[in-house]
Amino acid sequence: MPTDTSIDIDRDVGDFVYPESHEFDAGYGLTRDTINYIADVKDEPEWIRDFRLKALDTFLSRPLPTHWASRDLEAIHFDKIRYYLANGQRPTRSWDEVPEDVKRTFERLGIPEQERKFLAGVEAQFDSEAVYSNIKKAVGEQGVIFIGSTEGLKQHPEIFRKWFGKVIPTGDNKFSALNSAVFSGGSFIYVPPGVKVKHPLQAYFRINAENFGQFERTLIIADEGSEVMYMEGCTAPKFETATLHSAVVELVALKGAKIQYVTVQNWSANVFNLVTKRAIAHEEAEVKWIDCNIGSRLTMKYPGVVLKGRKARGEVLSIALASNGQHQDTGAKMIHAADETTSNIVSKSISVGTGRATYRGLVHVPRHLKHCKNNTECDALLINAHSRTDTYPAITVRGTGNAVQHEASVSQVSAEQIFYMQQRGLTQGQAMSLSVNGFVNDLVRQFPMEYSVELKRLIDLEMEGSVG
Amino acid sequence: MRGPKFQIMNSLVINDLRATVAGNEIIRGLSLEIEPGKVHAVMGPNGSGKSTLAKVLGGHPDYEVTSGEVLMDGEDLLALEPDERARKGLFIAFQYPMEIPGVSNANFLRSAVQARLPEGETLDATDYYARLYEKMDLLDIDRKFTARSVNEGFSGGEKKRNEILQMAMLEPRYAILDETDSGLDIDALKIVAHGVNTLRGPGLGVMLITHYQRLLNYIVPDVVHVMVHGRIVRTGGRELALDLEEKGYEWIIKDELEEPVAV
Repeated sequence: MPTDTSIDIDRDVGDFVYPESHEFDAGYGLTRDTINYIADVKDEPEWIRDFRLKALDTFLSRPLPTHWASRDLEAIHFDKIRYYLANGQRPTRSWDEVPEDVKRTFERLGIPEQERKFLAGVEAQFDSEAVYSNIKKAVGEQGVIFIGSTEGLKQHPEIFRKWFGKVIPTGDNKFSALNSAVFSGGSFIYVPPGVKVKHPLQAYFRINAENFGQFERTLIIADEGSEVMYMEGCTAPKFETATLHSAVVELVALKGAKIQYVTVQNWSANVFNLVTKRAIAHEEAEVKWIDCNIGSRLTMKYPGVVLKGRKARGEVLSIALASNGQHQDTGAKMIHAADETTSNIVSKSISVGTGRATYRGLVHVPRHLKHCKNNTECDALLINAHSRTDTYPAITVRGTGNAVQHEASVSQVSAEQIFYMQQRGLTQGQAMSLSVNGFVNDLVRQFPMEYSVELKRLIDLEMEGSVG
Repeated sequence: MRGPKFQIMNSLVINDLRATVAGNEIIRGLSLEIEPGKVHAVMGPNGSGKSTLAKVLGGHPDYEVTSGEVLMDGEDLLALEPDERARKGLFIAFQYPMEIPGVSNANFLRSAVQARLPEGETLDATDYYARLYEKMDLLDIDRKFTARSVNEGFSGGEKKRNEILQMAMLEPRYAILDETDSGLDIDALKIVAHGVNTLRGPGLGVMLITHYQRLLNYIVPDVVHVMVHGRIVRTGGRELALDLEEKGYEWIIKDELEEPVAV
């Protein structure tokens, strides 16, 4: 057994910070004044202000979910967080117009380069607002809308209002209420009927400020028979104090539409990442969540699909890597609400050192449905003797015409395996990295190429760092 | 012990080695020298410490060296990490090779070959596969094998062939073959032996650990050692192995026990 569990996580890529200079700052703490400040500077319509204020009441009235979730949530001091920090509310369409510091930030993260290489559009968010947002001309000409949430609600209220807050109601949980109260940034995407967006749209969420909360709100609507892939990445510099990231992401796949949503989350180890993500899949629609959680102090995230139409299909493929001091509490929700719907959940977690990985799954098939299928697989890999993994699958299947399958496994990288690989000339770090990549390999093969390469690189960095 | 000091820069020298596992002394003052170009068979009854010797030389963390020295071409082997020993030319074909789920043979071997290149140099994929296929043909290994996970679901014979394939690809200076014959039927044994014989040459020293003389019919050793109670108690030529086959280990153990055991 590898004994050295000290993690010196290599976050060269994300761990840097430029001095703060914010023109717009809602200050510390959360009151009605905070909400009014945000609504004012964003010049929002009244219905959004009302929506926010109601959400604030909901947030304040709800206790932390520590009766089932980690007590670590109590380390978040909501009055010591700044809820809105920005230098302006309008993203530019050209990197040349992005302020120098911010531009350098995204260049270091490789965003403009990726945009040139393989993306159909990019939105880059820095603290509370997007600083850059652009879509390739050809994609825009097909009628695809890809803009920030604020622009979306102002410019396309007829689409936005119809779905906003409908997939994830404000009161879904305490953190969805928090997001509803103070949301800023995130993407609004609409893909017209039959349009298949060939290349991915990407958003990059960057936190630069300390004692700050980022609350982006994303709404994606894929109209009938359309297809779109959205990818998001996120990083932050490492601070001593807790940073909060609490997003809400709503997806709507109309009849026959396909949405793929890919996340590679690499927050620094002081970030509480408490995110609500859910999709509605209409008849014969397909929604696939690919969710990779590498960073953060505590992540709680359970992407879900409500299978609303006949033959709808939902999928969650997730990988969580919990290193020393980290807790990845992730999983999936599949709500079957129509006949012949199918869902698939494959979750792989790796716990290193004192890292803890938790899988929570919810699969619900009510009595009146016929020919529904669910497959759930969760595999956990433990690297050290004191690493921890927990699995809480909740599968409710009523009625007789449905099929459910659940498999779970726990394995451990043994000292003998590491020695074997070392005897072939690999360092302990390389050996562990190879084991971990082998463990996730069959899942990663299903990921888009660019992201599987990125994920492998992150795992290498993490495992190399884990043996010091 | 034949004058290690004279050949120290060009051999694997083990001097009065003692090693323990979980507090029990298994290697009890063992001395041995393996020269490149030679095959040394180390034979002995079960429990004599043969496999322990291989693991101690490899640097397995469960084993503690309490005294003695091991020099590989003049360098203090025991001061090196297991992976450094490997990269400097020590190879162990294990009795029980480990399975590595999800990691393909091609990828694993490629990482191992890459680890031996100078920093900044990248392995040429075309050359690598050409060499890999050549060695696979030598060991009669199917091409589909490259995509399979390392040793996962392999038969005993496949695992042993895989060990020799790795040895062929990594081109060690000293190879320790630990009970490579165990679990092999006669056809597999012949293939493995053919592979090892093909690799024999002036640049490779081999320590062939085996319980049975059968393997030595196919891989003919230059020197035969008998190991009992963690020490080499007899050294001789090929005929020593034949004597052992005829008389069993008993006569040597009996002789050995009559001598005072060094503490």
